[in-house]
Amino acid sequence: MSGRAIAVAIAVLALVALPYAITEIYYVNIASQILLYAVFALGLSVLVGYAGLVSLGHAGLFGVASYGVAYLLAAGHGHTVAILAGLASALVVTAGFAAVSLRAGGITFIMITLALGEIIWGLAYRWISVTNGDNGINVATRPAPFGLSLASARGFYGATLIVFLLAVAGVAIFVRSPFGAALCGTRDQPRRMTALGYHVWMMRFWAFMFSGLLTSVAGILFVYYNQFISPQALALAASAEGLLMVISGGAGTLLGPVIGAALVVIIKNVASAYVERWNFLLGAIFVAIVVFMPEGLVPGAVRLARAAWRALKRPKAAAPIPLTGPKP
Amino acid sequence: MSALAVSGLGKSFGGLRVTTNINLAVAPGERRLIIGPNGAGKTTLFNLITGEIAPDSGSILLFGRNITRMASRNRAHLGLARTYQIITLFARDTILRNVTLALLGLSPLRWNPLIALDRQHHLAAAGRAALERVGLGHIADRPLAETSYGEKRRVEIAMALAQNPKVLLLDEPFAGLSIDERSDVRKLLVAIPRDVTIVMIEHDMDTALDLADRITLMHFGEVIVEGTRAEVVADPRTREVYLGE
Repeated sequence: MSGRAIAVAIAVLALVALPYAITEIYYVNIASQILLYAVFALGLSVLVGYAGLVSLGHAGLFGVASYGVAYLLAAGHGHTVAILAGLASALVVTAGFAAVSLRAGGITFIMITLALGEIIWGLAYRWISVTNGDNGINVATRPAPFGLSLASARGFYGATLIVFLLAVAGVAIFVRSPFGAALCGTRDQPRRMTALGYHVWMMRFWAFMFSGLLTSVAGILFVYYNQFISPQALALAASAEGLLMVISGGAGTLLGPVIGAALVVIIKNVASAYVERWNFLLGAIFVAIVVFMPEGLVPGAVRLARAAWRALKRPKAAAPIPLTGPKP
Repeated sequence: MSALAVSGLGKSFGGLRVTTNINLAVAPGERRLIIGPNGAGKTTLFNLITGEIAPDSGSILLFGRNITRMASRNRAHLGLARTYQIITLFARDTILRNVTLALLGLSPLRWNPLIALDRQHHLAAAGRAALERVGLGHIADRPLAETSYGEKRRVEIAMALAQNPKVLLLDEPFAGLSIDERSDVRKLLVAIPRDVTIVMIEHDMDTALDLADRITLMHFGEVIVEGTRAEVVADPRTREVYLGE
């Protein structure tokens, strides 16, 4: 077994053992939140990191999936129907987002995704007959796949962990594939990629769809985690938070969005218990990351570790030979 | 039938006419040199031929097939490849990955999101072969960022050659190279077999002149003179335009 495989196995075992090592349910729930937001950040990272397209509307896609599930459950449908239809509706909206926003790149792309996200938020807020407006929709029960109840914190953590591991594996396979390599090419040299025979628009479209799929899955986990959805979850701040997770952890890396999600969730939930102005703390940490590790925590840590390793390995410099002075 | 036939090609950017009624017929296997002062519209002509920009008038035929309105990517699939005057490579990747992307561009594998690219050994082998051709086989795994300018120029050519083009457009392949590097690249271009038709833009007449079968002189978006090497060099209009006499 290679070193990498051993590291992955240890990480998976640690994640499986985590809810048994932590006695307090509160912290098991925090761990579930980290994992579901990591799925969201991984989805956003496909677009931001690998396709080079920065979206500020992903909370809208997250919300369509959440609201889809909540609405159908409230209408009396079963979990299977609600989840599948929620996912399908979110993917249809994703295709619409992609078709509109991919007409432009760069700053225009950001603004279009922002506007589309705001439209979804506006619908959630104002389309009261469907969304119940500001009051949101309650979800009475969590599903019980194969007879296993997810009602408990540990049960829900287990289900979230499985989804999370599938998402990580999916993104890992995706970025190592020919399509993933070509997608990075469209990020760095779209003109050249076109001249080489690639359909750049179509590649970006499918990358957007994959990103939307992961985002929708995270949205479904979210609505079951909270058993409640309100327009707040779709606000621009939620999209920006997702982007902060991706960028602080390291866009275009597999581990970066996961670390970023952990950072944001921990500061929001844990630090806010001790520090009243936790928003200030979050801001200060991001400023520090941008100043000292502009490439993100994961690539930054790798860089520092390599530099430290090189410094350790380098033999002590010999005393310089004086250029002038009396000859011995 | 011409490998590449351009007729009546015109393009304006707003009020600026960058090419006016360009006519060009390049025979299969020919080496055509396009010369002209800065701003003559040479690179614009390349951009029109590859489809990066759409012409206002005229037509482009590739082996008799009208490609005037064809999407740029599809022209690559018909055997049209180009290099860029300004290095346009994938700076974060290795040299081999750059060439692999060129190979992948024409392969149906490019849509596959499930297999591992590193395990596609036939692609890597073809990539290494293309790099051998330009004399970079020994540094195939080096990150592009750690290569010299001259090596990058050769990667540009390797990427185009890897696609086995029928028509190869070279935009100033000698730009910025030292004398030694020029002679290396020149040898490389001479070695390209005659089943590849080459159209080349170049300022360095000493290096490029004897590579060419025929020469086209452009000025202010128009073809001024066209003919064999001797004809164009002897033409008084060449001296007028190019040497400013």
